[in-house]
Amino acid sequence: MNEVPSRANVVVIGAGIVGNCLVGHLARLGWRDMVLIDKGPLPNPGGSTGHASNFIFPTDHNKEMAVLTLESQRQYEEMGVNTTCGGIEVARTEARMEELRRRMTSAKAWGIEAKLLSPREVKEEVPFINEDIILGGFYTPSVSVVDSLRAGTIMREQAQEKEVLEVFANTEVLDLEVEPSPFKRPRIKAVVTDRGRIEADVVVIACGVWSPRIATMAGATIPLTPAVHQMADVGPIEILQKTGNEIAYPIVRDMDTFMYERQSAGSMEVGSYAHRPIFHRPDEIPSNAESALSPTELPLTQQDFDPQLEDALDLMGDILETAEIRYAINGLLSLTPDAMPVLGETVEIANLWSAAAVWIKEGPAIAQMVAEWMTYGYPHVCDPHGSDIARLYPHERTEHHIRARCGEHFNKTYGIVHPREQWATERGMNRSPFYPRQEALKAEFYDARGWERPQWYGVNKDLVVCYELETRPHEWDNRWWSSIISAEHLHMRDKVGMVDLSAFQIFDVQGPGVVDYIEKMTVNKCDRPVGSSIYTPVLTEGGGFRSDLTVLRLGDFHYRIVTGAFDGGRDEYWFRKNLPEDGSVQFSNMTSAICTLGVWGPNAQAMVSKLTDVDLSQQHFRYGKVKDVLIAGIPTTMFRVSYVGESGWEIYTSMQHGLQRWDALWEAGQQFDVRPVGMGVYGTTGRMEKGYLLMGAELESEYTPVEAGLARKGVKKADFIGKEAYLKARDEQPVAKICALTMDDHTDGTGVKRFPCGGNEPILTLDGDRIVDGKGRVSRVTSAGIGPSLGKFILFSYLPPKYAVAGTKLKVMYMNALFSVTVAGSTTLFDPENQRMKS
Amino acid sequence: MRILICIKRVPAPGAKIPLSDDGQEIDTTYLGFTTSPHEECAVEEAVRIVEKVGGETTVLTLGPPAAEEQLRYAVSVRANKAAHVVTDTTDWGPERTASALTQAIRSMEAKEGPFDMVFFGNESADSAGYQVGIRVATAMGRPIVNGIKEIEVGEGSVTARRQVDGGFEEYELNLPLMLGIKEGINLPRYPTMKGRLASRKLAVTPFETTAKCGGLSKIELFQPKEQTSNTVVLGHGPEAAAKVVDVLVDLGVM
Repeated sequence: MNEVPSRANVVVIGAGIVGNCLVGHLARLGWRDMVLIDKGPLPNPGGSTGHASNFIFPTDHNKEMAVLTLESQRQYEEMGVNTTCGGIEVARTEARMEELRRRMTSAKAWGIEAKLLSPREVKEEVPFINEDIILGGFYTPSVSVVDSLRAGTIMREQAQEKEVLEVFANTEVLDLEVEPSPFKRPRIKAVVTDRGRIEADVVVIACGVWSPRIATMAGATIPLTPAVHQMADVGPIEILQKTGNEIAYPIVRDMDTFMYERQSAGSMEVGSYAHRPIFHRPDEIPSNAESALSPTELPLTQQDFDPQLEDALDLMGDILETAEIRYAINGLLSLTPDAMPVLGETVEIANLWSAAAVWIKEGPAIAQMVAEWMTYGYPHVCDPHGSDIARLYPHERTEHHIRARCGEHFNKTYGIVHPREQWATERGMNRSPFYPRQEALKAEFYDARGWERPQWYGVNKDLVVCYELETRPHEWDNRWWSSIISAEHLHMRDKVGMVDLSAFQIFDVQGPGVVDYIEKMTVNKCDRPVGSSIYTPVLTEGGGFRSDLTVLRLGDFHYRIVTGAFDGGRDEYWFRKNLPEDGSVQFSNMTSAICTLGVWGPNAQAMVSKLTDVDLSQQHFRYGKVKDVLIAGIPTTMFRVSYVGESGWEIYTSMQHGLQRWDALWEAGQQFDVRPVGMGVYGTTGRMEKGYLLMGAELESEYTPVEAGLARKGVKKADFIGKEAYLKARDEQPVAKICALTMDDHTDGTGVKRFPCGGNEPILTLDGDRIVDGKGRVSRVTSAGIGPSLGKFILFSYLPPKYAVAGTKLKVMYMNALFSVTVAGSTTLFDPENQRMKS
Repeated sequence: MRILICIKRVPAPGAKIPLSDDGQEIDTTYLGFTTSPHEECAVEEAVRIVEKVGGETTVLTLGPPAAEEQLRYAVSVRANKAAHVVTDTTDWGPERTASALTQAIRSMEAKEGPFDMVFFGNESADSAGYQVGIRVATAMGRPIVNGIKEIEVGEGSVTARRQVDGGFEEYELNLPLMLGIKEGINLPRYPTMKGRLASRKLAVTPFETTAKCGGLSKIELFQPKEQTSNTVVLGHGPEAAAKVVDVLVDLGVM
């Protein structure tokens, strides 16, 4: 056997679509001395790539996936392995037709040609379909089939031709060695294989379903599970044989039965996401030698597939009835708890990367994304927050959680998933101390990566009547929403509300090096007096948003970082990664130790004052300041700030005092008619009226503080990550600016009032054309919500300067209908002078 | 023509057969199951005969409840009826298996009349005892020939041929008879989607048995020692030619 080299810059483990494309992209970016290993033979080592269906439907509601899929399709085309055949998603139900209209909207957003077909028109494209059982179809001419094995080979060979890559097939990884570090995470040191040991600066795990097993060798986690996707190849079928092509008819996705039918030369490949979730363990997958077909082509469990055969016969009985089942498998693929890939450096081990849970349709672009991330410190192709492996909290990395969530979403692969849809499994993981009171107040709990947060409270139903609020006429718009949110909002603006913010992720950083450290991490100046708060962007080296968060200076050498529940994992990773090597800063995650309650509204000051001797007036406790205050004898830290545009505080205290503090404030608030207020107000209505932007919605690494309107007048002297790019962005004319738009008319063509959900609906010109800025970014709705105090429905979107002018009339597409919108003068539509927060 | 085909549920392994820790069983956690290939051909042959001359085919298996999967498969490729001697494990050993099958066949024949032909696979794919068919035929006093690769059905008799070095042996047998069928006699069809769905509705006739253990007993299964061979890369492209010549000379072929 050939021995592996003793040293390499990077070792990529896994030669499927991801590993192969990754070495290709790394070679293009100038990496040298690379090694690619796989335990199986080439070109098909036996992983999921080898049995993939290889088709690409480009439309996705999720921006990150849409961008990655389109870019991958472009790369397959460039490699000459992309065969365009078209594809039709057919509907058997009216609910699905509505979903197809939603898909038309997403197709428009990403610039994908698509149209809705009548059953007769579907039949014209697919003559063997039973048009009597369908209501219509969503036709995408650019749907294609790719040769993923060939693509992998091309990319691998490109790197070999540059003489920067050595490839070792039939080479098994036995161990990953790590090196401890006194003040930081351990670092990857070497890969031990059955052909020898390779010391490496960087190791990438691109092993698909085996990735968790390999990661464990280093003490890292890659949270995914091998799961079964059943498929069968049936034939011969005469009408398909006659085409003489690998694929000539459009691929049909029978969306309501969670199935697809795809021509494969003279036969039809029938695949299903309808069967029961079937999971395996990475450690137990058979070896190549032990497998009858390949390790990821397990024997079909026929009884699971039988009901799908019936569905397929309903749709294409004419050709399928007599077709023979020649090949049928339980194919293994990778599923993660939130159905997104797991990419980036592992949180546990420095320089050990994950490029896993990737499907063929997005493989090449994800390889590019990871290669750019490794090279520049952040990806260029698009913002990675949805697939960043660091997003997952420890409890989300357990087999228990992975199986529960994957079991829930597997059958939603072709499902109709609402943008606000909530998980049913694994609820109640993280509860604030206020939970029992919230339950009694009939809280409607939403999940925020494990945290139970009241979205609204049933007890506030009476306010809906008081404020004469209406429900939304369309079920879809009303789903996972309540007019109680608007009622709580108005009540808070009139009186006072209490908001549970315990899901805040709180990190304390302390030590002699902390000032330099915090300045390096943030855009705005943090070296300010003790008791100051600093809201600041955190940038990538490229000057885009990595995060936005609040920093409180609690002591000369003590800062507290407060960030959101959806970003805590990524932020903790980033702050820990950048700790100084010399141990001069200690990082502690205080999330589990501290609970937070927001008290806001015109009566907030009077209410809290009942419980403390401290003068809470603006004169003595100014906006933005932080103070330690005893409330009813409980030590708290009060921070005068508001994300909802009202006077009041975030009040932090130790978890064990939490319930006592809730009760004390609740009692004190009774004379002011205090109400519990949910995240519907905090995250949407209050926030949007004030024009506050949200990480992962408006704020992404693709946009700069200048474009987001968050660049301050001056720039601090201290150096910080992304400074160079930030200075450059400040000197340039931005090609897009964040804008608030208001809807002029909600009524669609059928006379029904519609309310967009904020799921990437495209903003269009009056002629119905897409708006794309100078950097190729499309104008789309990043957040949408009612502004109850304004009586207007607000949309946020980045717009090129020529449209970002107050009064400009544009259109928004929602559910394939166009609605008139007007650009507002500022993103802060309510109380633009911030008088309420400072009164 | 009434034909009975005796089939066996066997694991479908890859190149390396995983064994249980105690060496008593094949570890089938990740393996599928199939019908022994000889028997798959026997089913196909029986179905073809009935398609040609009319009649009925019945499949019979002895095995655990899961062996119903193989019966349904046979019906999905056009066998007509199915019967199942339900046991605790797959492999009972040839003597006990033959005894149980004989009981079942007698009981079926008592109800519905004799089978004109009973087909067995030449040997099973897993234990390969080569005995069950002969034992059943002997017990029932019927003629049997093994290794059959061609069958011609005549009036009241059958011509069966088996392959030997350089040609065929030809046998003429009177009905009722039994045959051990060998893979290669035909190319079995795949089930159609319609056939598969039809097979789900099949009613399987269950049989109990009083057959006792005896004859062979299994001591242990073990993996043969792996043949390892080191691949030596002699070179790439034309430069390797000289070394290839050296190797060929060493082997004495040049």
